[in-house]
Amino acid sequence: MKTTQAPSAPVLTIDRQDERLRTSSGIRGAVDSFLDRVRSGDLGVLPVIAGLAIIWTVLQILNPKFLSSSNLVNLAMECAAVGVIALGIVCVLLLGQIDLSVGSVSGLSAAVVTVTFVNQGWPVWLAVGGAVLMGVVIGWFYGQVFNRFGVPAFVITLAGLLGFLGLQLYVLGPIGSINIPFDSPLVYFAQLAFVPAWLSYILVVLAAAALFLTDLRHARARRTAGLSSRPLPSMALRTAGLLLAAGAIVWYLNQARGVGWMFVFFLALVLALNYALTRTKWGRSMFAVGGNAEAARRAGINVRAVYTSAFVACTTLAAVGGILAASRLAAANQGSGGGDVNLNAIAAAVIGGTSLFGGRGSAFAALLGIIVIQSISSGLTLLSLDSSFRFMVTGAVLLLAVTLDSVSRRSRSSHGRA
Amino acid sequence: MSSHTTMAPTKEAILSLTGISKSFGAVAALKDIDLEVAPGEVVAVVGDNGAGKSTLVKVLSGVHSPDAGSITFESRPETIPTPMAALNLGIATVFQDLALCDNLNVINNLFLGRELSRYRLNEVEMETRSWELLKQLSAKIPSLHTPIASLSGGQRQTVAIARSLLGNPKVIILDEPTAALGVAQTAEVLNLVERLRERGLGVIMISHNMADVQAVADRVAVLRLGKNNGTFRVADVTTEEVIAAITGASDNVVSRRSASRLPAPPTQESAS
Ligand SMILES: Nc1ncnc2c1ncn2[C@@H]1O[C@H](COP(=O)(O)OP(=O)(O)OP(=O)(O)O)[C@@H](O)[C@H]1O
Ligand SMILES: [Mg+2]
Repeated sequence: MKTTQAPSAPVLTIDRQDERLRTSSGIRGAVDSFLDRVRSGDLGVLPVIAGLAIIWTVLQILNPKFLSSSNLVNLAMECAAVGVIALGIVCVLLLGQIDLSVGSVSGLSAAVVTVTFVNQGWPVWLAVGGAVLMGVVIGWFYGQVFNRFGVPAFVITLAGLLGFLGLQLYVLGPIGSINIPFDSPLVYFAQLAFVPAWLSYILVVLAAAALFLTDLRHARARRTAGLSSRPLPSMALRTAGLLLAAGAIVWYLNQARGVGWMFVFFLALVLALNYALTRTKWGRSMFAVGGNAEAARRAGINVRAVYTSAFVACTTLAAVGGILAASRLAAANQGSGGGDVNLNAIAAAVIGGTSLFGGRGSAFAALLGIIVIQSISSGLTLLSLDSSFRFMVTGAVLLLAVTLDSVSRRSRSSHGRA
Repeated sequence: MSSHTTMAPTKEAILSLTGISKSFGAVAALKDIDLEVAPGEVVAVVGDNGAGKSTLVKVLSGVHSPDAGSITFESRPETIPTPMAALNLGIATVFQDLALCDNLNVINNLFLGRELSRYRLNEVEMETRSWELLKQLSAKIPSLHTPIASLSGGQRQTVAIARSLLGNPKVIILDEPTAALGVAQTAEVLNLVERLRERGLGVIMISHNMADVQAVADRVAVLRLGKNNGTFRVADVTTEEVIAAITGASDNVVSRRSASRLPAPPTQESAS
């Protein structure tokens, strides 16, 4: 785009030489290409942001406490556990598969952690490590059954849902409920550990600086290779946007207790998965297998390993989510991971924009989706409406999201964007 | 057809098949197929629809494993159980159905399975190499960042051909590479095939276009109903003879059509 700065004698970069390509520069160009994408059905995170704005407005009108700092602090903390599980769901949905057992696996993991840590007196790292390892093994097992016998993931994980729920009840024993002591590091992390205000601002500045530097380095590499690159003002704008938005959110949360470390942990997992999906060979293989498994196989990708890796990622993240949930509740019981955990995790991934048809989605879908779901839940709780309303509203939002996915998919195929 | 003579290539073969058979249920798609290709040689494989050409390609590229027969690559007996095994040997394939991922963009499709730097993808390097590669093929693709789904049939075919060139293969198999291509792009692919021959690669090209076969192939192997039906040196054979081998008779629908176009009085068959 720097080429259009000298309109008299444009030196076209090698990726801008086709005369059919509309070259528009600066903010105008960015807006144009954004509108093009939206029109062709490539909606990205737009619907979920819009939906979130509507939900927040309505809930704020119904109850002015909804957008208060203290409520949002809580909302963020409530997002972490199921959000982590939803991250795993994103992995399997990218392959066009599903895992219905994440709730049971998270409940089993909660049971294992409390039994080993509280009853057996294992050190906390060992108890947590053991539960996470169990998550890895379960995913690996799913992968083997899926690859060797070709059983649909829907059925394997339905069996897992029942089987691991049974195992959870067995592990918990006849009492069926184990409390985690309040002075344990687990409960401290999930309930009381907040980022100090000064550190939270430093983290925001560091994040913005990191964004700017990676943008800058990327643009420089592209320019030396003779490719078009993001102009400096656009990079500065992006960085400033992140700095202001994140700074404002952190400031607002700091008016109450601040940003919980558990939420920061969730954010870190989102960023890590985003990196893995977009910047590594594994991530490319995930999208390729989700888009066309046979083509991926013929390109020499080990498709079975990719399937196994996705199942392992999903059940491992489910186990981690289960530990977070138990820590937050300071207990594991027969209801851990039950109820709506499963459905909320899947709904969050889908509402956030992960396609059920495979091959499209991102780690940020889990973040945005879980914020939508927890907002509904928190808002309705503030209105002292019980779970019946929560289920109905969440169901309606999910239906809306899936319909949008299907419609935009149709629009994409008519605009040739698959 | 009387000439079942198997013409051996002049140099020692880099890839040779003997007695390859493959059945799908009751359908014997390939029966006792022999084929050889030498370095620096272009072998065309021709045959009617359903003759088994694509099945042969899939056996060579590790998509299907043969029921019987042996494969020799660089004088070593090999089995090709997976597509990865074929790629590792140095056999690259452009499939008839192209085998591209519609949801990925052009660059990601080109480098699919062999991305540069595993843990920190080098997107800049991949993009510049994609542009170089596509320029060689005179590809007319406006932007490499659009998903493959938004490309035309010929553009996709160009991408599939470009992809086969990436891993420095020793043998390239092209299953109807010019079927969807424009005039310039077809010429470019034929030039490419000649360049590959000059670089000493073995090329197996499947085509229904006799003019293309005549233009670039050294030998032509005919498949008919899943069996070898003759191998000819292109310099010594006429198009009519090849077509006769493809259809299994010298009095065939193709020669009848061309006879009926002549101003000469129509024959009995074409009049009916
Ligand atoms: N996966 C499969 N399952 C069952 N039968 C198959 C399969 N693939 C090919 N066949 C059969 O094998 C025979 C040969 O098919 P093949 O695709 O090799 O033909 P071809 O020579 O490539 O034809 P075309 O010129 O139309 O591409 C056909 O009768 C086809 O029906
Ligand atoms: Mg074919």
